[in-house]
Amino acid sequence: MREVAIVGVGLTKFGELWETSLRQLIVEAGLRALEDCGVDGKEIDAMYVGNMSAGQFVRQEHISSLIADHAGLVPIPCTRVEAACASGGVALRQAFIAVASGIHDIVVAGGVEKMTDTLTGQTTGALATAADQEWEAYIGSTFPALYALMARRHMHEYGTTEEQMAEVAVKNHHNACLNPYAQYRREITVEDVLNSPPVTLPLKLLDCSPITDGGACVILAPADRAREFTDTPIIIKGTGQASDALSLHDRSTLTSLRAAVHAADEAYKMAGIGPKDIDLAEVHDCFTIAEIMAIEDLGFCKKGEGGKITEEGETALDGRIPINTSGGLKGKGHPVGATGIAQTVEIVTQLRGEAGKRQVSGAEIGLAHNIGGSGGTCVVHIFQRGD
Amino acid sequence: MDVGIVGYGVYIPQYRIKVEEIAKVWGADPEQIKRGLMVEEKSVPGPDEDTATIAVEAARAAVRRANIDPREIGAIYVGSESHPYAVKPTATIVAEAVGATPDLTAADYEFACKAGTAGIQTCMGMVEAGMIEYGMAVGADTAQSAPGDALEYTAAAGGAAFIVGRNGKRTIASIDGTYSYTTDTPDFWRREMRPYPKHGGRFTGEPAYFRHIISAAKGLLQQLKLTPEDFTYAVFHQPNGKFPLKAAKILGFSKEQVLPGLVVTKIGNTYSGSTLIGLALILDNARPGDRILAVSYGSGAGSDAFSLTVQDGINNNGDATLKVMDYVNRKEYIDYGTYAKLRRLLVR
Amino acid sequence: MAVPRFWREIPNRYNLIGTKCGNCNTVFFPPRSVCPKCRRMGKLEPYKLRGRGKIVSYCTVHVPADGFEDAVPYVLAIVELEEGPRITAQITDCNPDSVKIGDEVEVTFRQIREESQDGLIYYGYKFKPVSNPPSEG
Repeated sequence: MREVAIVGVGLTKFGELWETSLRQLIVEAGLRALEDCGVDGKEIDAMYVGNMSAGQFVRQEHISSLIADHAGLVPIPCTRVEAACASGGVALRQAFIAVASGIHDIVVAGGVEKMTDTLTGQTTGALATAADQEWEAYIGSTFPALYALMARRHMHEYGTTEEQMAEVAVKNHHNACLNPYAQYRREITVEDVLNSPPVTLPLKLLDCSPITDGGACVILAPADRAREFTDTPIIIKGTGQASDALSLHDRSTLTSLRAAVHAADEAYKMAGIGPKDIDLAEVHDCFTIAEIMAIEDLGFCKKGEGGKITEEGETALDGRIPINTSGGLKGKGHPVGATGIAQTVEIVTQLRGEAGKRQVSGAEIGLAHNIGGSGGTCVVHIFQRGD
Repeated sequence: MDVGIVGYGVYIPQYRIKVEEIAKVWGADPEQIKRGLMVEEKSVPGPDEDTATIAVEAARAAVRRANIDPREIGAIYVGSESHPYAVKPTATIVAEAVGATPDLTAADYEFACKAGTAGIQTCMGMVEAGMIEYGMAVGADTAQSAPGDALEYTAAAGGAAFIVGRNGKRTIASIDGTYSYTTDTPDFWRREMRPYPKHGGRFTGEPAYFRHIISAAKGLLQQLKLTPEDFTYAVFHQPNGKFPLKAAKILGFSKEQVLPGLVVTKIGNTYSGSTLIGLALILDNARPGDRILAVSYGSGAGSDAFSLTVQDGINNNGDATLKVMDYVNRKEYIDYGTYAKLRRLLVR
Repeated sequence: MAVPRFWREIPNRYNLIGTKCGNCNTVFFPPRSVCPKCRRMGKLEPYKLRGRGKIVSYCTVHVPADGFEDAVPYVLAIVELEEGPRITAQITDCNPDSVKIGDEVEVTFRQIREESQDGLIYYGYKFKPVSNPPSEG
């Protein structure tokens, strides 16, 4: 297996992009990634694009062909990857496998979601199709509801508080203020979160990530060719993916995503490192409770102490283990299929030392944790600076 | 006649609205209404309840009380004037939900407030004829009333299910006879596609309710050669509290015979459920040997009268189900705004 | 939801029919056709659950799923049934503020939602605070 590097990254602005279509989003992100590393379109061998549900959001399936076409990349193979909100992370893993195996050399891993061409109710309804339609959605479950069930149980078992969950949103909004690509560049307070309208109690509006349009791309190359394209190649040191029961009620626990624990174990093992070696991480904070569970599942603190270490500032930009320096899904935005790739873009930017005001000093190893649905899929990647 | 009741069950939704709360909206005098109707409050179905769900809950309780294999039920009839579908039976939903499918016959009945007792008569005939082992008749309603109409104070929700079988060890009460009195008397109706019923005001009284109830009761007493003194209890359809008491008086029954089954004051008129819930309340407290007269009334119009004798089976399995009074006492009061939401009076 | 899709699950939705593995005796609801423990050694047969259990977690939905607008606010919970399986269900006939983890609940037959004003009505299980004696079981 060959070592694989990320040589280029590109993002669109995240937000309600009324004037931009799905095809424009992915093409814009791709062009920026190519520009970032000077790769010519002719050199690209293949493309994997994460997308949760263009079929529901813009009534367009078969977007692999659409994207290859509009990117000017036909006839290269382009594959659309779907694993709900983990689509991007899984696309990256597929691209990694393609390069590592030697089948392809230069591969684009992208992600895109256009979520504002439907009314909000339709959009949240489309997202809910990532849950079990027969036994969760049928009886009135929504995604906030599934995470609220996890939150309530976490509060019950570990004494996690609504204030601690609010701290996740406050921190991520703060980080988003420092990220020019982020959707919400405004500071909020714990009181703002606690007083925001109820969505599904105990989760309030500001506990939830927003509906976002956005695209993201990264360019992968064999590590031994990486310097042809960049002075700061970022090596993918580990990758792990795992599945769990689709329905929350079929899981062994409500307070940990076992898929995340398995995926992280696999990624750590492959990278030959442990949680203590990670300098920063982008985790899947679709809801504030999800970040608290993520940092526990990834081993950054003891089980049940995620709320406590957040409250104590350990996950802040200047903390022991900075989490979601980009603003996370909460502050930066959550174009679901693009999220896994956007997390990768942030880690690469940080490890290159190009993160500006939100730069974590001396960052050498970073991790991205991307969840599909309520935890039915998790994919974890570990990245290291190539020098 | 060799048939009887082998199981019964009731269901009454937990929500209640008081006469005062409705009267307030229309500027009416609640004391005058309560005196006039002898109704203090009425039951209201929850947001997820309808005639089918009420019928299922009552039917499941009846099966539990009878302690029979539901697959032995050969016929299910659900009587209601508020079936959730205009076309598509409620009875199939009930049959499926009690586990009686697929080897049975089923149908919905509609005869204003007496469709449930019509179902009992059908089951009696089928059991007696040897067509079926057990038959179940359900009377259930979520009665409609136009906002501001006099019916709004009483139109309530509830239901009861009775399982009929050949007399034997299981028999809770044998049915000694039945008699019906039917004429074409349009005192109350609802046209196709219309949400609320209309009624003939005072015409619903003497020529409608009283004439039919009294004729059916007299017919049965004559047929069985019985007099009011032969009965421990009597239950007459309860559109309000006054009508059954007045009917009893005309027929020569005492208040003491009627009051034990009078439940309309606390839950309102449950239409197809009304007579049957009253009968269930009496059975909840009856002893072997007690004789009960039960007379339903359905607008349009007809009455079915039954004479029942309580048997030793009354002592079987009494703890398997909630009693009528358990449901009557389990209540959550709502205001008119919530009532309007639950009754889907709010238009989007 | 298309009519056949609702109809197909009526026994499960009306009567809590799950499956039980004859090899390891594990009960599943929703029903499974492969036992994850015994896999090909498993022998799955229909199994009716009694419909009693305890609340493992709950939440109160204020922003509803499509088709649940009239139910707001409604309580959604994961209930651990006596026979072992856990089930996601609405808790009805309750005051959302008084629901607690550990509360005993029992199944009740309710409207889940309707397709539209002229569409099919979907019925199925909800749970409610337990009454004594059980009104289902």
